[in-house]
Amino acid sequence: MNNAALMKIWAIAFNTFRENIRDKILYNLLVFAVIMIGLSIVLGELTIAEQRRITVDAGLTSISVFGILMAVFLGISLVSKEIERKTIYTLIAKPAPRSFFIIGRFLGLMITIGVNVAIMAVAFFGVLIYLPGDGPTLTWPVFQAILLIYLELAIITSVAMAFSTFSTPTLSAIFTLCFVIIGRLTEGILQFSVKSDNPFFRHGAEVLYAVVPNLTNYVQIEYALYNVSLPLGLLAKIVLTGLLTISVFLAVAMIVFQRRDFV
Amino acid sequence: MDENHGPVISVKGLKKIFFIGFFRRRVEALRGVDLEVKQNEILGFLGPNGAGKTTTIKILLGLIFPSAGEAAMLGKPVGNVQVKKKVGFLPEHPYFYDYLKGAEFLDFYARIHGINKAERKKRTDELLEKVGLSDAAGLALRKYSKGMLQRIGMAQALLGDPDLVILDEPMSGLDPVGRRDMREIIYGLKEEGKTVFFSSHILPDVEQICDRVCVIHKGKVRDTGKLTDILRPEVEKIDLQFTGLEGEALRQMEKLSEVHPDFRVTVKGEMALVVAPNWDAAESAKNLASQKGARLVSLQPKRETLESYFLREIDDE
Repeated sequence: MNNAALMKIWAIAFNTFRENIRDKILYNLLVFAVIMIGLSIVLGELTIAEQRRITVDAGLTSISVFGILMAVFLGISLVSKEIERKTIYTLIAKPAPRSFFIIGRFLGLMITIGVNVAIMAVAFFGVLIYLPGDGPTLTWPVFQAILLIYLELAIITSVAMAFSTFSTPTLSAIFTLCFVIIGRLTEGILQFSVKSDNPFFRHGAEVLYAVVPNLTNYVQIEYALYNVSLPLGLLAKIVLTGLLTISVFLAVAMIVFQRRDFV
Repeated sequence: MDENHGPVISVKGLKKIFFIGFFRRRVEALRGVDLEVKQNEILGFLGPNGAGKTTTIKILLGLIFPSAGEAAMLGKPVGNVQVKKKVGFLPEHPYFYDYLKGAEFLDFYARIHGINKAERKKRTDELLEKVGLSDAAGLALRKYSKGMLQRIGMAQALLGDPDLVILDEPMSGLDPVGRRDMREIIYGLKEEGKTVFFSSHILPDVEQICDRVCVIHKGKVRDTGKLTDILRPEVEKIDLQFTGLEGEALRQMEKLSEVHPDFRVTVKGEMALVVAPNWDAAESAKNLASQKGARLVSLQPKRETLESYFLREIDDE
């Protein structure tokens, strides 16, 4: 890819980031998320010996949940908003392949989500520093959990984008949330199905497990709670699988986007 | 520009079928459009709402794909990224990123054009100056008026110093001053050697600035050519204005309608407006007014206008 191509993709990415940071809805969500992370201290207070672990659990879960909300709702609007507001007309008429639009929009949103995750993480670290007692603090397993949450958010964003290239924003949101729920549950469903006598349920669970990416791979909060690092090989495998999954969904988004009419 | 290519835009047998709604209702938007735009001409693309103007423009710009037929710009098939570098486009309604400031907006599109940093700043400042928005460079587009949006839209269309400029309804929603400014910009583009292809339904503007027009209706081209070729050459009517035409003189003037069908007299204040259907009737009116001591203020022969062409050719269907 040459410099001109990179400049065009970066222009779209930066514009997406600028669009998001000038959108007040995002700030509301972020403020709420930071408050929730702060409240994780209260949750910790409710326990006797595990205060720090409960706080870490609640804090990382808040980052994950609010990150997912951002990824879904910003992700589905990345393409649909351009089509709805017809800003896509001038952009498609410019000398840049349509695929640049998908890549640029995706990168722009990942920068936005990255900044938001970073702000939530800073609030979370503040909580950890404030808390007295033993347990996980600013250690690699905590960073590792946050990085994997970010990778999961990137996957969800790519899925939301893929859906939004051919569907309405509402349907895209529903499809993406279903994807997240199934992705988070597919491993559990498979484990349940092994014990089932119903062959339909067993095979169904196997198909679901094979088709929908297993998002629990990216939820490694327990390692953070017990301050344990993932084996490097496993971490690399999870990251590569994540990147491959993102590539597949972005490729689907690009193929659909390449062929669609902007009426 | 590559001198070897022939027409700047070449469209042959272009068809577009849309399938709309849950039951995929078939709508034929274009039914075999043929069109050529020559180098350095201003071609007006005319037609009533739903005629297929915007659909044709969208195919040229690669926003939608044709169902059949061929379309090329600057000698290459539409959709070619290299060709898009040399084509500027202003969409029908100025839909832009309203959270951007004027200068940011142009800088963004300049980056998409692949223009380097030093050149970007220069080009942006030049274009803001050209469209008269230098003072609004730091203002967010959401605070721009319709006319300002149209002008900033024109500036983005010209970012890549295009050989061909495609404008979809550029006069739409503009006040008389805005329309005049837009006409001047379009004239200026022609003087710079560019080709302008624009759709419009504001017919007086088209009459003033176009070298040729192409009339499209119900997805098919009805006429293409110079206005003098398309419009009837003969005088359709003569408008005369008199002062001092009152009482008996006015009654006698009105009586001329018995001799000349379609002869009409209307009085507005001190002014009598006479519409004569031909030169004989106009001569009779002039003589009568002269005999009665009335004064002829103006005499204007009226040839067919685009508006009357539209009413004759298209409204009848």
